[in-house]
Amino acid sequence: MSSLRTKGKEMRDIYLNEIILKGFYSDRMLVALLPALSLVTVIHAQLCQPGAKDAFKVRLSLKTALGDKAYTWNENEEYLFKAMVAFSIRTFSSREKIEISNVLLCNVTKRVSFWFVVTDPSENQTVPAGEVQGAIRMNRNRINNAFILNDQTLEFLEIPATLGPPTEPSTPIWVIIFSVVFCLVIVGIVLLIVSGIRQRRRKSKASTEMTDVEDKCETMVTIENGIPCDTLDSKEGRTNRAFAAGDEKLTPL
Amino acid sequence: MNKPNSKWKWAGLAAVSGWAGRALEITTKAHRQAPRNPGTRRHHRLGVSGKPREPIGSALGAAMVEMEKARPVWNNPLQFVFACISYAVGLGNVWRFPYLCQMYGGGGFLIPYIIMLVVEGMPLLYLELAVGQRMRQGSIGAWNTISPYLRGVGIASVVVSFFLSMYYNVINAWAFWYLFHSFQDPLPWSSCPLNSNLTSYDEECEKASSTQYFWYRKTLNISPSIEENGGIQWEQALCLILAWLVVYLCILRGTESTGKVVYVTASLPYCVLIIYLVRGLTLHGAINGLAYMFTPKIEQLANPQTWINAATQIFFSLGLGFGSLIAFASYNEPSNNCQKHAIIVSLINSSTSIFASIVTFSIYGFKATFNYENCINKVILLLTNTFDLEDGFLTPGNLEETKDYLASAYPTEYSKIFPDIKNCSLESELDTAVQGTGLSFIVYTEAIKNMEVSQLWSVLYFVMLLMLGIGSMLGNTAAILTPLTDSNTISSRLPKEAISGLVCLISCAIGLVFTMEAGNYWFDIFNDYAATLSLLLIVLVETIAICYVYGLKRFENDLQVMTGCKPNWYWKIIWAFVSPLLIIGLFIFYLTDYILKGTLQYQAWDATQGQLVTRDYPNYALAVIGLLVASSTMCIPLVALGTFIMNRWKKGKTVSV
Repeated sequence: MSSLRTKGKEMRDIYLNEIILKGFYSDRMLVALLPALSLVTVIHAQLCQPGAKDAFKVRLSLKTALGDKAYTWNENEEYLFKAMVAFSIRTFSSREKIEISNVLLCNVTKRVSFWFVVTDPSENQTVPAGEVQGAIRMNRNRINNAFILNDQTLEFLEIPATLGPPTEPSTPIWVIIFSVVFCLVIVGIVLLIVSGIRQRRRKSKASTEMTDVEDKCETMVTIENGIPCDTLDSKEGRTNRAFAAGDEKLTPL
Repeated sequence: MNKPNSKWKWAGLAAVSGWAGRALEITTKAHRQAPRNPGTRRHHRLGVSGKPREPIGSALGAAMVEMEKARPVWNNPLQFVFACISYAVGLGNVWRFPYLCQMYGGGGFLIPYIIMLVVEGMPLLYLELAVGQRMRQGSIGAWNTISPYLRGVGIASVVVSFFLSMYYNVINAWAFWYLFHSFQDPLPWSSCPLNSNLTSYDEECEKASSTQYFWYRKTLNISPSIEENGGIQWEQALCLILAWLVVYLCILRGTESTGKVVYVTASLPYCVLIIYLVRGLTLHGAINGLAYMFTPKIEQLANPQTWINAATQIFFSLGLGFGSLIAFASYNEPSNNCQKHAIIVSLINSSTSIFASIVTFSIYGFKATFNYENCINKVILLLTNTFDLEDGFLTPGNLEETKDYLASAYPTEYSKIFPDIKNCSLESELDTAVQGTGLSFIVYTEAIKNMEVSQLWSVLYFVMLLMLGIGSMLGNTAAILTPLTDSNTISSRLPKEAISGLVCLISCAIGLVFTMEAGNYWFDIFNDYAATLSLLLIVLVETIAICYVYGLKRFENDLQVMTGCKPNWYWKIIWAFVSPLLIIGLFIFYLTDYILKGTLQYQAWDATQGQLVTRDYPNYALAVIGLLVASSTMCIPLVALGTFIMNRWKKGKTVSV
C-alpha cells in the first residue's frame, strides 16, 4: 500500500511537472505560502499525509457526474470542502472551536483526489477518526448536495455510505392491485353464475309449458338424407311417389 | 344441401397455446328455431329428390348420420383458420424458438427448421385436420370410429391435457405477480435490497444480479434442492388462485364467454410484439443482437442435435396430438379445403416464431451491449482509481493502449489489480443463451429495467405473457371439460358451471404444490416430461392408424369425396413412410438420451454462490417422472386390451345365448 502511495506521489510529481510548465499552481504555492506560513505549513504537512493517523482520502469524479457542466476543482472548491467538514464536526460533536483552517488538505491529484485531516486547536492534536467518520456519515447528504454529487461520485474511502432504504408504503402496492383485480373477477363470476341459473329456470318453465304441445311429435329422429332411418330399416322400403306415378302419365302406344 | 331439423349457430373460437401444445374443444350455443308442426315435416321429406347418395365407407355414413342432429359449423372458413393460428402461436414461439436459434447456429438454424416444417409439420397438420373434418367428431369419438381398439389414443390426449393444465397455470400466476409489481417506481428488480446494517447490498443479490435475485428469492423463494420442500408461499398461492379464478371466469359459460375472450387473447400478443419490435429495433445496441442472430454458423448443421431440435420444435409448436386440431376441424363443412388451411396455419406459425425471435434478439443485443459497456466502465474506474488518473482521461477508445502503458510503466501495481480486470467481450455477453421461464422473467426484465419508462414496457410485456398463457389455459381446460360435459352420466347430474368449477378447484389444489419452495423443481419435471414422449407416441399411432389400419386409399377417396381434390403423391409418401420413420427416430433419440445420461439431473439454485448448480434427482422424483410418462402412454395399449377382452366376453355371451 505504501509503495502504491509513493507511486501515486510520483505520478503526482509527473503531473505537477506538467503543471509547472503551464504555470498553474506554481505561482501561488511559491509566492503565497513560503514567506509567512512556512512554519505552519511544515507542522501541517506532518499531520496531513497519505496514510497518516486520522486522515481520510477523498475521491471526486466530477466529469462522470456532471459531464459538460463539471466545474474545475480549484482553491475555492477546497475552501467549500473545508467548510463542510468543519460544519459536520461542529454539529456532530461538541467541538465548537473548529475553524476552516483546522481542516487540512494535502496531496491533491488531478483525479481529483486528496487527503484531509481535522485538527483540534484546543487539544493540539487531530480529531479522532471515529468522530470524523460519524460526523461525515451524519451530514453526508448535505456534503453531497453542496458539490452536486452523490455517494458514488464523492467518495470518502473507509467511510461507508449509509445507503438509503427504499421507501415502502404501509401496504405494498402489489397487494392493492391484486385486491382490485380479485374483487372484479369474483364479481364477474357471481354475475355469470346468477344469470346462468336464472336462464335455466326460465328455460325449464318454458319447456314444461311446451311439453304438452309436443307430446305427439317425435323429438329426436336420426335422419339420413331427410328420411328417418327407422322407415328405411323396414322391409317394404319406401315408395317414392314422384317416380311411381310416372307410368300412368305415359301415353299408350 | 339438406338442412338438419334444428339449426345450430357457431359462436366459439380457439385459444393460443404454448410449445407443449394443448387440446381445444368447442362447445356450442344452440339457437333453436320455432318447432315445426308434424305436417310440414312430412311434406318436406316428400319433396326430396330420389338421387341416391354416392357409396361411401360405412364409417363416414354412420358419422354423418349421427352428427346431422348436433354438429355446429364455423360461420366461415376464416374463423377456423384464425382458431388454429391462435392455438398454435403461444409461449413457445416467444421463449423457445429464439433459444434454439441462438444455440444451433443463428441464421443457419432456419435451414433445418424450414426443411422440417415442410417434411413433418405441414403433412402431420394436414393429416390431423383431415381426420377431424372427415370423422366430424372430437378425438375420442374420431379414433373410436376408426377402430374401437384405438379409443385409448383419445383418452391419452385428455390425460396429457390434464397434466398440462395443472402446471401451466403457475406461469400465469408468475406473470400476474410480475404484472402487479410493475406498477412501482423504481421497478423492484432494478436494484438490490440492502443488508441488515444498511452499509451495502444483500450478499446473494451481489453475487447474482438483481433480476435473478428477484426471481429466485422474492418470487420463488427457492430452496437449494428438490428434497427440501419448504412451505407454501402465500403470495404465490394467492396469485395462483387468482389465475384459476380468471380461467374459470372465461370458461364458465362455455363458448359464450370463451368466444369473446379469445378475440383479445389472440390479437393482443401480436399488437404487443409489433410495439416491442419497433421499440427493440430503436434500442442502442440492438443491431449487435440482430447481427449475431442472422450470421449463420454453418458448422452447426453437421450437429445432429440441430436437426432433432428443429423437428421437435416444429412438432410441439403446432400442438399436434392433443386432439384439439381434430376438434377444430370437426366443426368444418366437409367441403372445406383443409390442405390450403394446413399450409397457411403452419406458415403463419413459423413466421410468428421468426418474428418473435427478431424482437428477442434486438432485446438481447441491447442487454449485451449495456452489460458490455458497464464492464468497460468498471475497468476504467478501477484503473482511474488505482493510478489516480484524471477523471475522464480513460475512454473505451484509448483503454487498450493505456493499459499497456500502465502495465509497462508500473508493473507491480498493475499485477496487483490484474485479477480484477475482466476481459470484457460482447460475444460472451451475447452467448449467454436462456430459454423458458429464465428468458421471460430474468433476461427480459433485465433489459426492461434499463429502458426509459420501464414501467410501461414491463406492464405491456407481462400483459402479453398473460394473454398467451390464459389463451392456452382456455384450450387446456376445454379439452378436459368437453368429454365430461358430453358424457351423459356426469352432465345429467351436475350443471356445466359446477363441472367447470370442480375441475378448476382440483387443478388449483394440486397446483399449490408448485408454489412451495421446491415448487419450481417440480414445475421443471412436469414441463420436461409430462408431454414429450406421450405426444410422440400418440402422433405415431395416429399416423399408422390412418395409413395402415383405416387404409390410405380409403382415406384418399374420402378426402376426394369431401373436398373434391385428391391429396398429392407428396402427402401420401410423407404420411405413409417419412413421418412414421421420423417420429420413430425422434422417439429412439429421446429414449437413448434418457438411457445414456444414466441418472436424470436438474438445475438447482445455490444461494451461497448466486448461480445454478446441477444435481441428481432423488428416487421419488424419478418415480414421479416415470408415473407421468406411463400414465398417458399406457392408456393406448390398456384400452385396446380392455376393448379386446370386452368384445371376447360379449361374443362369448351371444354365442352361449
